[in-house]
Amino acid sequence: MASNWIEMRWHWLSVSLRVDRRAPTVVMCLLGLVAVVIVLSTVWGTDTLSLSDATQALFRLSSSNSANQFVVWTLRMPRTLAALLVGMGLGTAGTVLQGLTRNPLAAPGIIGINAGASLAVVLSIVLLPTLPVGGLPLVAFVGSLLMAAAIYMLAWDRLHTSPVRLILIGIGLSLVAAALTSLLLAFGGINRVSLALVWLVGSVYGRNWGHIVALLPWLGVFIPLALVFAQDLNVLSLGEPAARGLGLRIQRSRTVLLLIAAALSGASVATAGTIGFVGLIAPHLARRLVGPAHFELIPTAALLGGLLVLTADWLSRVLFPSVEMPCGILTVGLGVPYFLYLLVRSPTA
Amino acid sequence: MTRRVSPQRAVARFDSGYLHIAGFGIGVCVVFVCAIASLSWGAASISPATTIDALLHFDPTLREHLIIRTVRLPRVLLGAAVGAALAVAGGIMQGLTRNPLASPGILGVNAGASLAVVLTTLWVGGLSPSIAAGVASLGAGISAIAVYTIASLGNRGITPIKLTLAGAMVAALLSAAVSGMLVVNQRTLDDIRFWLAGSLVGQDLQTIVQSLVGIGVGLTFALALGKAITVLSLGDDLARSLGQATGRVKGMALLAAALLAGSAVSVAGPIGFVGLVVPNAVRLFIKVDYRWILAYSALFGASLLLLADMAARMLVPSGELPVGTIVALLGAPFFIYLVRWKVQ
Repeated sequence: MASNWIEMRWHWLSVSLRVDRRAPTVVMCLLGLVAVVIVLSTVWGTDTLSLSDATQALFRLSSSNSANQFVVWTLRMPRTLAALLVGMGLGTAGTVLQGLTRNPLAAPGIIGINAGASLAVVLSIVLLPTLPVGGLPLVAFVGSLLMAAAIYMLAWDRLHTSPVRLILIGIGLSLVAAALTSLLLAFGGINRVSLALVWLVGSVYGRNWGHIVALLPWLGVFIPLALVFAQDLNVLSLGEPAARGLGLRIQRSRTVLLLIAAALSGASVATAGTIGFVGLIAPHLARRLVGPAHFELIPTAALLGGLLVLTADWLSRVLFPSVEMPCGILTVGLGVPYFLYLLVRSPTA
Repeated sequence: MTRRVSPQRAVARFDSGYLHIAGFGIGVCVVFVCAIASLSWGAASISPATTIDALLHFDPTLREHLIIRTVRLPRVLLGAAVGAALAVAGGIMQGLTRNPLASPGILGVNAGASLAVVLTTLWVGGLSPSIAAGVASLGAGISAIAVYTIASLGNRGITPIKLTLAGAMVAALLSAAVSGMLVVNQRTLDDIRFWLAGSLVGQDLQTIVQSLVGIGVGLTFALALGKAITVLSLGDDLARSLGQATGRVKGMALLAAALLAGSAVSVAGPIGFVGLVVPNAVRLFIKVDYRWILAYSALFGASLLLLADMAARMLVPSGELPVGTIVALLGAPFFIYLVRWKVQ
């Protein structure tokens, strides 16, 4: 019988790995799909370039005209990359949160972490006009971390919580954050407020290379960190007694994992506003593709999240060419039916 | 021969009768005081005595009387009516679903009403207030039925948690649809934006009178159903064994709730949390009898919204802070309290 696993051992590192056989194929396919959508998204927009024009502009060949280069390099490329990176961050954050809480309905958008990040960002946009773009991910991280801590404290009761209570507390807290946000919007100066409003709707419209540079280090640090802690997630998903019996320092790994989730979702929200439900859907689809073990789940979910936001952004540009439809609206349209499906099938709710 | 009444019985009778009537009287006074305060307080400070004078002996030559009658009275009437309507709608839903978290905001009913209004405004153009109220009630009813149906699917049937989550998610979907439409039709719907945040500003007296009629009908209907809802809140099985046609009562109660929420939303936008907080607060004192729960909810909903509106005007004197924001700030902590201590 062929084994379902690929085993890898590195004695000199004292590390061994066992990954699902499907994982390499799935990840390669997803990478291919992402590449295809990136090309589609740079070529096909309100003003469709021919493939050769786009390629020439992409590689800055001398034969291409500067208008095409501007469209590809200044307008479409940063936006496309921002969509990809934001989706990857949200997908990973969702996977970590679902594993951490052992709750299939958890996601940074649903349990209110994104709302905390939004509140912090709006606060800084309205009150600190001098803050550079690079500072926003940090602000959002602090906001999402505070929110996560508040949810943790209110929902955990004697070290355990029911999944649904966590979500309900999250809904309540995100309503508080939303109300505070609109309070800020009512108080702030009109030019700051309109900036904040454009940012809030959940869109990658008008993102430039500065945003990418600000986002990239966060993903570069915390997605690999999530992979390092994948084993902890696997053990935690067995339940607290088993995890303790297997010698896991539960409080430490929970804290680190929560930090990772808050950092990833905070950085994503700082870049693109609240794009809902990606953090919910991506892990579920990934689990269907590569099974429940987190080492292969995390990259798969990250790529799926990236693919989702990328596709949503491209579709909203192609389907509504005359207006700037935020891609967050499309992801909600996709995510809510999926959430309801999960809810109806959930054995515990 | 006189019938002997045991002391406990006498207390119970007093408790269910005179005390409630006295409390109701106090509630009416509270609403009245809130209304007078709300009428006198504002950019131009007017003494309460002048306010009462303007209401009783209106003199169109006096500036203060004109302000009270034309600017402030519509807003106060609207606030009181909308608060009462939302609170009673919430009370009905909580009794119907036996779920303390049920309310027009949480269950997606307000979002359904706003989507219906936005959709028809898009297709037809400006709506007359009574048509808007009808359309909004229809939207409210449809989304209530949809949420209830979704929550009752699955192998464990309907549970409070599932109902709440399904409602919150349907609300998210419907509001995303609304904001999508607003993006597509930016210019035509510019005036709807403020309404969508839940606000009492900018309605003329005629509009308000029309919606007051709808809310009045809904309130009467709801109070008439109070006894049936009390029986229903004991549980489906018990209600049926007591001889109640539960399906019919549920349908009528849903109709009343949709009418109330729809009329309120069509005129003031989706204001959340009044329907959640008020009935729960009332139930801390009155446990069972929905006739009284609904009546008190109406009074306290009206005073809560009047107070929140005053707070909103106090914080941002230009009137740009929607009252819905204040209510959410007051109500969300209460929601968290309910989840923390009432949901296992």
